[in-house]
Amino acid sequence: MFARSSAAVFLPQWYIYFNYRTLMLTIRLKSVKNIQKITKSMKMVAAAKYSRAERSLKPARVYGTGALALYEKADIKAPEDKNKHLIIGVSSDRGLCGAIHSSVAKTIKGEIAKLTGAGKEVMVVNIGDKLRGLLYRTHGKHILINCKEVGRKPPTFADASIIATELLNSGYEFDQGSIIYNRFRSVISYKTDEKPLFSMETVANSENMGIYDDIDADVLRNYQEFALVNVIYFGLKESTTSEQSARMTAMDSASKNASEMIDKLTLTFNRTRQAVITKELIEIISGAAAL
Amino acid sequence: MMAARFLLRRAVPAMRQARCYADAPGASAQMSFTFASPTEVFFQGASVKQIDVPTLTGAFGILPAHVPTLQVLRPGVVTVFSDDGSSKKFFVSSGSVTVNADSSVQLLAEEACPLDSLDLATAKANLEKAQADMVGASDEASRAEVQISIEANEAIVKALE
Repeated sequence: MFARSSAAVFLPQWYIYFNYRTLMLTIRLKSVKNIQKITKSMKMVAAAKYSRAERSLKPARVYGTGALALYEKADIKAPEDKNKHLIIGVSSDRGLCGAIHSSVAKTIKGEIAKLTGAGKEVMVVNIGDKLRGLLYRTHGKHILINCKEVGRKPPTFADASIIATELLNSGYEFDQGSIIYNRFRSVISYKTDEKPLFSMETVANSENMGIYDDIDADVLRNYQEFALVNVIYFGLKESTTSEQSARMTAMDSASKNASEMIDKLTLTFNRTRQAVITKELIEIISGAAAL
Repeated sequence: MMAARFLLRRAVPAMRQARCYADAPGASAQMSFTFASPTEVFFQGASVKQIDVPTLTGAFGILPAHVPTLQVLRPGVVTVFSDDGSSKKFFVSSGSVTVNADSSVQLLAEEACPLDSLDLATAKANLEKAQADMVGASDEASRAEVQISIEANEAIVKALE
């Protein structure tokens, strides 16, 4: 390949790259370094989105707990024999956020299994493309509505009302249901949680509703529709905050793993480079000694 | 008128059910008032004296130990009278109000802002534009939307004048 003169012990830098072993290592090292840059920048972006989401979560939490207060205080429970259930799963379109989507999908699958085992009819509303991907193969016939373009921008009340309008216009008269979302606990932890939804008839016929004075059907229907939007809004806000914090932690550990890999690969690369040089030297020296 | 309505509402439930909750004002006269919109919280668990709310069935005032009820709001002014006598006004677009048996009140507004952050001239201009749109609106849905816009702007103008 290159003329080996016995005096040329000095090897130019680029020569070592033509060695197969170091070439492979160099390619690997470059790609891992690129990955580390990408995951670091994704972590920064997720951190910025997370702080914004957490700030807007505070009033949304008060708003959401206020909306659910009626169901808790009046202790509204649906009668056991009602058959039509609805599950709203809140997730998003983008991945690389840890177990966010899979935990919601797992809970939904468990709920569907439990309810169909008890003979009830269940339909699912997917908010987020990832959730659709996880559910459509095995539970495709239970899916009612799919929502896309979720997670790119912070959710607004208008988004929640679009979802609620679609649900109400779909014609599926559910009696009760639940919304499954990831409740934000802290930067490093979230929990998959479930909040109840009720239909107008269930609320009207519930025993404790009698103490509420002077309610006619129209007012109750408006109230219920508004409450549905509020619950969806609350679920969306909590979910986005959990998702951004989970993405931050996931990208952080990915960057750390990439750094470890880079250290190990650099050591191996140096050792390989030194081994190649030593081998060349030995060949040259032993060749010269044979003369 | 509001006092008479208040007493009438309290008398009826006592006859309907053999349960007694608030005996008399002053016995459990603490209202836990939460007033929030999706983006902002105005009051949370606050103790206030009275709240005036505009609902689809009319405006009424809520004092501690009010009868439990659910109402839907219409565009208008919410006045909150706090314990020390001062009052604050807010404009709400729509929403719901819940009075529970334990005297807690949740006022959830879709959009709400303090009255002094609204501008009368802009409101009047919006009202005129909405009334002009009404002429051009053709189908039911857009007519309804323009009607809502007109009502909201009328309420803003009335509140500011």
